[in-house]
Amino acid sequence: MPTLGIDVAYVADLARLRLSPEEIETFGNQLEQVLAYVKKLEEVDIREIVLIGEEKGFQNRLRSDCPLPGLSQKEALQNAPQQASGLFLVPRILE
Amino acid sequence: MSCAFSTIQELRKQLLAKEVHPTEVVESLLDRISSVDPKLKAYNYLHPERALESAKKADLSLPLGGVPIAIKDVINVRGEPCTCSSRILEGYIAPYDATVIERLRAAGAILLGRTNMDEFAMGSSTENSAWGVTRNPWDLSRVPGGSSGGSAAAVAAHEAIAALGTDTGGSIRQPAAFCGCVGLKPTYGRVSRYGLTAFASSLDQIGPLTKSIADAALLLEMIAGQDPRDNTCAPEHAPSFSKKLGEEIRGMTLGVPKEYFVSGIDPEVEAATRKAISHFEELGAIIREISLPHTSYSIASYYLVATAEASANLARFDGMRYGRRASGCDDLLETYGRTRDEGFGREVKRRILLGTYALSSGYYDAYYLRAQKVRVRIREDFLAAFRDCQAIVTPTSPTPAFCLGERTEDPLQMYLADIFTIAVNLAGLCALSLPCGFTRSGLPIGLQIIGPMWKEETILQVGYAYEQSTDWHTRRPPLE
Repeated sequence: MPTLGIDVAYVADLARLRLSPEEIETFGNQLEQVLAYVKKLEEVDIREIVLIGEEKGFQNRLRSDCPLPGLSQKEALQNAPQQASGLFLVPRILE
Repeated sequence: MSCAFSTIQELRKQLLAKEVHPTEVVESLLDRISSVDPKLKAYNYLHPERALESAKKADLSLPLGGVPIAIKDVINVRGEPCTCSSRILEGYIAPYDATVIERLRAAGAILLGRTNMDEFAMGSSTENSAWGVTRNPWDLSRVPGGSSGGSAAAVAAHEAIAALGTDTGGSIRQPAAFCGCVGLKPTYGRVSRYGLTAFASSLDQIGPLTKSIADAALLLEMIAGQDPRDNTCAPEHAPSFSKKLGEEIRGMTLGVPKEYFVSGIDPEVEAATRKAISHFEELGAIIREISLPHTSYSIASYYLVATAEASANLARFDGMRYGRRASGCDDLLETYGRTRDEGFGREVKRRILLGTYALSSGYYDAYYLRAQKVRVRIREDFLAAFRDCQAIVTPTSPTPAFCLGERTEDPLQMYLADIFTIAVNLAGLCALSLPCGFTRSGLPIGLQIIGPMWKEETILQVGYAYEQSTDWHTRRPPLE
C-alpha cells in the first residue's frame, strides 16, 4: 500500500466538501489512524482472487422497458431549494 | 395493562377478539411516548393525527391490521419528512413510498412515526444525529447502539409495537442487543431497498426490530420478496418465515467460531454467550467449534467498501434538487462545498473523505480493490463453515451498551464496536440478535445467530427455541 500522508484538502475538494482548517487537521489525523489500521489487509493473500461482479452468484435482473407512472412535475419540484416556471433554479455555470 | 406493552401477536389476538380498538392502541402508544420519549428521544417525528386516522380505517382482516409500526428515518414515507437525521435533508418531504412502506400499508399496518438514527446510518451509537442523541431505556447515561438506535429504543421502551431499521454493518442487531429486543438483518437481496436512502448499496438491508422472534418472522414475511424497482432484490421465494417456529432443534449443528472469543470481549458478555451455547446443548443441538480465519480483517475491509460506496451515494446531496442549499455563494462549486459542509455532520464527512480517498486515482487498487478481494475471503470462510453447521452462534457485540460520549472522539474505537456483526454484511448472510442475559448492572446482552443466505427460517427456528425456553425477553426497562 502507498505510504501514508493523506492530503485532506485535496480529497475534500474531490468530494466537494469545504472544510475548515480545524476540520482538515482533525480529519487528517483520524484518517491517518484508520488508514494505518486498514494496512493489515496487506497480510491477506488475495493473489488468486478474481472479482466476478461484486457478489458471485448474483445476476442483473432487468425488467422490461415499459413506461410506468412516475413523479409528476409538481412532486419532483416540491423539495427544490429554488424553482421557477416548473424548473429547478441552479447557480450559473457559464459566464 | 396498556396494549403498548404487547407484541404484534398478542395485539392481533386482542384486536380480533375486539378487546381493544385500533384507535385505543394508537392512543395508548401516544400516551406511552409522551411519558417516556422526553427522556429517550427515540422519535424524530410523529404524526398522531395521521396515525389515528389510519387506526379508524384499519382493516383487521389483514395480517398487520391495526398494528402500529415505527419507521427508521431513512426510509421514505410519502408526505412525511425523511431526514436521515441530517441537516442536509431538513425540510425534505418524501414524494413517494418505499416498497417496504407500500407493503406494510397493504398488510394493514399503521405508520406511527420516524425514529432517530446516526446520520445517514453512519454510526454505532445514535450519537451522530443532527437532532440529538437517543438514550438507552435500561440506563439513560448509555447509548442505545446504532445506527437504528431510535427504533431499538422505541421497541424496548414499548413506545412502538415493532419497528423497521436498516443494517449495513450491524445497525439492526447491535442496537437490538444494547436495548434488549430482537433485531433481524435479512439476507442481502431479501428485502427491496427501493425508497431506502442508500448508504452502502452492496451491504444495506431493511429488517425488523421486535419484542419477539415470532414478530420478527411475521414482519419479515410482510416486507420480503422481489421488487422490479430494485434489481438486487432477488427472486428467491420468500417462504413463510414462521413455519419452522416451534420445531425442535435437536440434532441441529450450531457452529461457534473460535475467533469470536478473543481478548477485548467483556467477561459478562462472554459468560452469557457461553451459557446460551450450553442452553442450546440442553435443547439437543450439537455444538461444534468452527473457524472463520479472516474475521480480524472484516472491519478494515468494511470501512473501505462501505465508505467508498457512501462517498458515491452521498454525492447526490448537492443542494440542487432537494434538501438544504447554502445561501450567498458566488458560484456552483462554492454552493456544493458550503451546502455539504453545513449540511453533513462530522462522521459523514469523515466517511465521505475516507471513501473518496479509497476510490481516488492511484489508491483504488491498494484500498478499494484489495478490500473487495478480502471480502471474498471472508465470504469463503462462512461458506466453508456452513458445510459443518446449520447456524453460527456468537455474541452480537463485544460489550454491553457503552456510555454516551465515551467513543465519539475516537472513530476507530467506535468502528470496533461492530466487530461481530460486520462480516455478516460483507458476506451477504442473514443474522439476528436476541436477548440472552443481563449484566450485573442491568444492561441487556445480545446473542447473534447467523445463517447461510436465504436461511432466515433456520435462524428464526433456533432463536425461537432459545427464546421460548428462557425469560430474558419478558423483562422491562426501569422507566416508570
